[in-house]
Amino acid sequence: MNRHRKFIVGGAVIACALAYMIYAGVTQSAVYFVTPGELRAAPVPGKAYRLGGMVVPGSLRWEPRTLDLSFTLSDGTATVPIRHKGTPPDLFGEGRGAVVEGSWVADGYFRATLIMAKHSEEYKAPHDASAAGYKELIKTLRGDGR
Amino acid sequence: MVRVLGAVTVVALAAGLVAGLGLAPREATQGNVQRIMYLHVPSVWVAYLAFAVVFVASIAYLAKRAEAADQLAHASAEVGVLFTGLTIATGSIWGKPTWGTWWTWDARLTSVSILFVMYLGYLLLRGMIEDRERGARYAAVLGIVAAFNIPLVHFSVTWWRTLHQPPSLMKPGPGTMPPVIVATLLVNFVAFSLLYAYFVAKRVRLLRREAEATS
Repeated sequence: MNRHRKFIVGGAVIACALAYMIYAGVTQSAVYFVTPGELRAAPVPGKAYRLGGMVVPGSLRWEPRTLDLSFTLSDGTATVPIRHKGTPPDLFGEGRGAVVEGSWVADGYFRATLIMAKHSEEYKAPHDASAAGYKELIKTLRGDGR
Repeated sequence: MVRVLGAVTVVALAAGLVAGLGLAPREATQGNVQRIMYLHVPSVWVAYLAFAVVFVASIAYLAKRAEAADQLAHASAEVGVLFTGLTIATGSIWGKPTWGTWWTWDARLTSVSILFVMYLGYLLLRGMIEDRERGARYAAVLGIVAAFNIPLVHFSVTWWRTLHQPPSLMKPGPGTMPPVIVATLLVNFVAFSLLYAYFVAKRVRLLRREAEATS
């Protein structure tokens, strides 16, 4: 009896956790982000979106004193202007991929609450391509590196 | 025999550490933080390997009813859960400075969470059934079913839009990494695989002793 109850409770916990994850996965992750073109097609003001695209070169404005950040995301066909207050992650930059969370504002821009950088699967050695990794690392440990 | 394996593993792990910190260059875009890859990718490789072993051993158990196959599946699942946990932890630490977030529910992170929870459930199931033969049988069924998560995790980044980047290794098409990074990864693949073999060997021996003591 006791064994059976443990079995049922444990099974129920696992089933609930799985059901939730699959639910969250299918509803949010199957379309993890929308593209600027998809958002432009039917923007709903106030609705929470995740929007992904490339940061258009030349569009990035950053005011360190007020933390006002603005840029444009593009998918090659449509663009969406983004406004954000905060510090972007290190890998965020013009000509790179980004995914932002936030909502469409009826005034005609996207107010982002979270900025995420999307990096490519390419990894490159620094330009000299020599095994300078160790020296670089020591430099960083001493605090005079980047 | 197991002791020799342990010694070789320590040497291999040390070589992996030296390669990861010394031989590999500082990555051009990400900087030194990219070195987490030398733990993150071998960890998930070992997790895949471990759960593939669970899959094969579970089939073998159902076919032959050999206790050794069940013990192998049990040990391998435990080590696989450990390395899935390490994958998630290192990925999260890598994600914060590069992506700007510790966690997000994209398809890769969601599917790897499902993988983790399913094999936790597998271990829970094993622990809950007192009758050994019945427990082994149920576990074998789950060990076979849960293996279908492995391709789901691996291909999630190509099947769906994700924040996680597509694979750089184990994919068709030209390489996206310089040879020195690939070589460093390979050294760590070998080291982590040896560590996996060592853990499993130790755990299987312990399970065998346990079985002998209680029978």
